[in-house]
Amino acid sequence: MENLGLIFAPLFSYKLLIVLFFGTIFGLILGVLPGLGPTTGGALILPFTMTLDPLSAIVLLTAIYCAGTYGGAITAILINTPGTPAAAATCLDGYPLAQKGEAGRALGMATVSSVIGGIASVIVLIFFAPLLANLAYEFGQPEYFALAIFGLTMLASIGEGSPIKNLIAGAFGILISTVGKDFMTSIDRFTFGINELTEGIGFIPVVVGLFAISEMLTQSTLINQIFNRVALKAVKLPSIDDYKKTWKTIIRSSGIGSFIGVLPAEGGTVASLIGYAEAKRWSKKPDDFGKGSIEGIAGAEAANNAATGGAMVPTLALGIPGSATTAVILTGLIIHGVRPGPDLFREQPEFLYGIFGSMLIANILFFILGFFGAKIFARITLVPNKLLWPMIFAVSVCGTYSLSQSIIDVWIMLLFGVIGFFMRRYGFSVVPVIIGLILGELVEGTLRQSLVIFDGNWFMFLRRPIALTFFVLSIVALSFPLIKKKKN
Amino acid sequence: MNDVHNEKGTNKNLSLFFKSSFIVSAVIIVISLILLYFTFTFDIVPPILNRGIQPATFPKALLILIIALTLLTYFISLKNPWKNEKKLPNSFYITLLSFFVFITVSKFLDFFLGIALLSIIVSYFWGERRVAYLIMVSIIFPLIVFVFFETILGLRFPPGIITNLYYG
Repeated sequence: MENLGLIFAPLFSYKLLIVLFFGTIFGLILGVLPGLGPTTGGALILPFTMTLDPLSAIVLLTAIYCAGTYGGAITAILINTPGTPAAAATCLDGYPLAQKGEAGRALGMATVSSVIGGIASVIVLIFFAPLLANLAYEFGQPEYFALAIFGLTMLASIGEGSPIKNLIAGAFGILISTVGKDFMTSIDRFTFGINELTEGIGFIPVVVGLFAISEMLTQSTLINQIFNRVALKAVKLPSIDDYKKTWKTIIRSSGIGSFIGVLPAEGGTVASLIGYAEAKRWSKKPDDFGKGSIEGIAGAEAANNAATGGAMVPTLALGIPGSATTAVILTGLIIHGVRPGPDLFREQPEFLYGIFGSMLIANILFFILGFFGAKIFARITLVPNKLLWPMIFAVSVCGTYSLSQSIIDVWIMLLFGVIGFFMRRYGFSVVPVIIGLILGELVEGTLRQSLVIFDGNWFMFLRRPIALTFFVLSIVALSFPLIKKKKN
Repeated sequence: MNDVHNEKGTNKNLSLFFKSSFIVSAVIIVISLILLYFTFTFDIVPPILNRGIQPATFPKALLILIIALTLLTYFISLKNPWKNEKKLPNSFYITLLSFFVFITVSKFLDFFLGIALLSIIVSYFWGERRVAYLIMVSIIFPLIVFVFFETILGLRFPPGIITNLYYG
């Protein structure tokens, strides 16, 4: 708690403020453009962060994360297409309200509830992350293995796709992490005699391929699609009556979003769907939902932005990504030589509290920019895909090439673009692949080191109370979709 | 996927080999089996150096898990058929083809030329006919990106007929 004062440090650094400003603008642009979003944008910007110091780099990525999550609402409300998957639930009531000529009111509510959700989640992050990090001091290799397994089993219950398909995708992600020299024995695995593969498959080519390139292929199938855009005069702040209707929803969804965000592998998409469903369940007028309910917008938007801070908790405290975008942020931390975990809290509090403070400022910045600039950001969607995607391709190729200066990385990116396209076409979410890839080395490494400690006795895992708890939670996570299905 | 049972647009009436669930499951299983075969070619570590498990054990377990889960998905799809996907339009195949053009040109001629060619193909076949815009996306923008990466990040692009002119 003695470090709380460090939260305000970014306010006194003009460099961080500039990074935050541009990160927020960039995040809003990415959020507004359907098919992009903070995950793809974060992956594309990662090579550029190499010119920055570690704190500025992570501040840039977190600003993109916060603003990008909100930016998706602008497109969801004005053209009925979620700019990001997390804004899908916002379409349900945002667009109908905009069609009634109240686009400004819908955007105003989305902006205010997003900011409240975002700030609430940063407060959760500030208080909860150090506690979790302290708990992690008790973790040995078996506990980390069990935790990683828990993170992976949570993939079964993420919103998109069927639970089994999500698990297949997660296992595929872990399999990708086994390519290259085995880190314990230096034996080549799946390298097929290609020298470049001995270092393994990089995270960036996979992420850019699965998100940006596969989206380019998806857009190639939609070139005749016409968007019905609703005109926006100006964003309006919610009225007193709107606040009276929604304050409980905003508080509830902020709590839901923060909690869902903390769970490994879950993110804004799940949070917004649950936030929306709960808003409907508790509403006095549930029949208005889907027809332009202001509570629906508040429920979805407060929850998805609240997931941003929540998702940073396991990312910073344990090194387990809370969502696809935090997996990119985690990669950013690693390539800048910062190892997330309990030691980071003890050794570099100024770094961590700088991130916390920056996230708070990013939320305030996107409120100001969203409120006064939504009309301008909405115009970005007018850039036709036939011009936009070739440009994104050029940035993707150069960005991917730049990290290792390897043309193989570019080809891997294209290969994963094609794989990602067919995965999405047949109902497999690509998010589990990313989480699996990030957790793969941790899962295998901790398993093998645990077996060394246990002298090959697998049953010893069950004698470790924390590990056993995570295994039980994993079983619960696996059975949750079945319970949900039966309940439905 | 589970909610499409008996809905219009599901591929329940298609013969087995044309069902997307069968094709997708078969592709995953065949690739997994090929990879599983390769795991048997990995070097084996002598017991004295082996810490925990052999390097091949973990990938083997993953591949068996993928095969088992795929079979489970397939059997579930027999009861709840997957949605019948629309046929892919020509613009998709042209975009896919442009990737191969990019790979070939960037490998044998020039990286920058590969990006420019892909950009012009994609933009043109997605409906852009204005020459000024085609020049913008295929030459001006890639040039800006190229110079930005080269100067700001100090990146050196692979040699090629155009890149060599830039580097002198």
